[in-house]
Amino acid sequence: MTGAHPLRSKRRRSALRTAAFLSPWLIGFAVFFLYPLLSTVYFSFTRYDGFRQPAFNGLDNWSYVFTDYPLFWPAMRNTLWLVLVMVTCRVAFGLGIGLLITKIKTGTGVFRTLFYLPYLAPPVAATLAFVFLLNPGTGPVNTLLDAVGLPTPGWFTDADWSKPALTALALWGVGDLMVIFMAALLDVPKEQYEAAELDGAGAWARFRHITLPNISPIIMFAVVTGVIQAMQYYAQPLVAGKVAAGVIGGSGQQFEPGYPDKSTLTLPQLVYNLGFQRFDYGTACVVALVLFALSMAFTALLMRRRGGLIGAGE
Amino acid sequence: MPRTGRLTTATAVLAAISALATACTGQGADTASDDPKADVTLNFWHGWSAPSEAKAIEENIARFEKAHPNIKVQVTGNMTDDKINQALRAGGDKAPDVVSSFTTDSVGKFCNSRAFADLNPFLAKSGVDKTKVFPKTLLEYTQFDGNQCTLPLLHDAYGLVYNKTAFAAAGITEPPKTWSRFTEVAQKLTKLKGDSYEQVGLMPTFHGYETKPTRLAAQWGATYFGADGKSNLAGDPAFAKMLTAQKDLVDKLGGYEKLERFRNTFGDEWSAEHPFHTGQVAMQIDGEWRASMAKEAGVPFEIGTAPLPVPDEQAADYGKGYVAGTIMGIASGSKKQNAAWELVKYMTTDTEAVVAFANAIHNVPSTLAALESPNLQVTPEFKTFLDIARHPKSSSTPAKADGGTYQLTFEDFAYGVEKGDVTDIPAGLAKTDQQIDTDIAKAK
Repeated sequence: MTGAHPLRSKRRRSALRTAAFLSPWLIGFAVFFLYPLLSTVYFSFTRYDGFRQPAFNGLDNWSYVFTDYPLFWPAMRNTLWLVLVMVTCRVAFGLGIGLLITKIKTGTGVFRTLFYLPYLAPPVAATLAFVFLLNPGTGPVNTLLDAVGLPTPGWFTDADWSKPALTALALWGVGDLMVIFMAALLDVPKEQYEAAELDGAGAWARFRHITLPNISPIIMFAVVTGVIQAMQYYAQPLVAGKVAAGVIGGSGQQFEPGYPDKSTLTLPQLVYNLGFQRFDYGTACVVALVLFALSMAFTALLMRRRGGLIGAGE
Repeated sequence: MPRTGRLTTATAVLAAISALATACTGQGADTASDDPKADVTLNFWHGWSAPSEAKAIEENIARFEKAHPNIKVQVTGNMTDDKINQALRAGGDKAPDVVSSFTTDSVGKFCNSRAFADLNPFLAKSGVDKTKVFPKTLLEYTQFDGNQCTLPLLHDAYGLVYNKTAFAAAGITEPPKTWSRFTEVAQKLTKLKGDSYEQVGLMPTFHGYETKPTRLAAQWGATYFGADGKSNLAGDPAFAKMLTAQKDLVDKLGGYEKLERFRNTFGDEWSAEHPFHTGQVAMQIDGEWRASMAKEAGVPFEIGTAPLPVPDEQAADYGKGYVAGTIMGIASGSKKQNAAWELVKYMTTDTEAVVAFANAIHNVPSTLAALESPNLQVTPEFKTFLDIARHPKSSSTPAKADGGTYQLTFEDFAYGVEKGDVTDIPAGLAKTDQQIDTDIAKAK
């Protein structure tokens, strides 16, 4: 009896010490993640405009988003398109450029700088530059295409070309991925390549069986962060759509994002549009939760796949 | 845990979250009890940004402060509606007490959400009979369901600004009054260059700056909502007629795709490179500001102004147009509402203040007295717009609980028509009606 008491108090002290060390994270988690998330769930079941008290309205917001809100499904399709196509292109292009530069013998520094610099351009400025370059009537890209007898797309004014134009913009700013891939590629042990060469492995076989397994965690990192970025894609499509639509500001006109034909509309734009322009926090919360669920689903899927990739590498 | 236990726990958690979230929600003051004679500093936010406009505001505020020595006004300009909305929600000492916004379309939202205080009690307390001060149309678009949460602060009338020199070169002697003549004139003024244009008579697509479906619908005298409050786009044949006529004009001027490509070569609407200034378009549907902006840009041609054409069968109503404008209100969260009212009253109802402001920024005055004031500087170009504003059949878009979402829904449908994606306009309008009714029911 007398011996149990000091042990219990020791355990309590240890638990308190652990809690004290964990508390900064726990407080941060509770304030910046748990509370906003629970609030979002709560508000998604209310009619709430940010001024009056929230009023419980059951599943109204949810059914409105999925059945009556005409912008939701176009935005969902665009977001998924960007996640699948833009992320794939960015990773492939970033890896390709990284590979190319690690192979170059002279002038590596110049090429690294050239490919990295665009990444430093602010997103809005970069988008404005691309809208100018890809202007269907006066842009240098179409002038060049016309000069060599190729068809001239409408780019940001054509619903079929607006997302490829956004992808081109994303590829132009691929400098961040290039640097990460270069670091990973330079880390691949040289002796593995030498051994493979001795075994008669060609370039593709070396890439497939040595490079790819070695850098698979980095590819996974690039894909996961790319998916999250694509899910949060807001400024570039909004600016491109607004400029191409001829709406920059001034007389107080309303503007619904997505020009042309809702092709540049994304889910984060809907969250902003519903919550801060239409005064409908409740419905904005539903879209935010859909976005959250999508991000979680994609990440979970990729993390499962990551296990497979690393396994293959090992 | 048994299923009922889980349900109870879930309900309790939801209730706890509700209580927490509700506790964190701000609420505006219901009544104004502040002393208007006390020394206060008001925060006033507005959207004007050009140096001449900012100067005009400062001069008006200086006159107000002189007349009200106890009230100081802290002015913040170049504020967008998005920033204003956030600040109104956030509240606090830094939030605006008085706000002016260019977006007339937001009035329904502002009034319905009680973001702005109802000005009716203030008007009554001050003995201001609003029906004798403001034109009827302006009073309609500044209130919602009897809640006069904003008042007009100058307004805009929409008409036609045209290149007189291009008219003369094409042998056109007067601005078109009917839609059929308008179509002929627009075609006559269009000059091709390769597979594009050197000049179009008019950029008729609904992305062509101020060429909006709402501007054209006003020429057809369209009514957006029925007596039952339901959307009336399919019920009023004016909408289908307007859309058909506009689509016909788009086709006659080269078709949607070709016109949109040309439109993308245009400069910014608010810059000196506006296509009307550069001679890329010969006629522009625009507000009263365009003629003076073109003159400031130093255009090498003579400028004319006229009302927008009307459909042929309504020729007798020529002279009418669409009107909208800037609005001014008091934040419902403000603790200085009586003092704020003094500023709103001065800016919106004082004839000298309204006329001085209208002269300075070339907008149409918003009170009946200011419209008739001998001090109003009236150029021949500006007079056209004053006449449109005074025309008894000029109209605006009504305030609704969803703000201007119903207009955007209609606009979205109109994009489909002009592009040729819509084959059955009446059926499409009926579907648009359903969408508008759903959105408005949800916003209430």
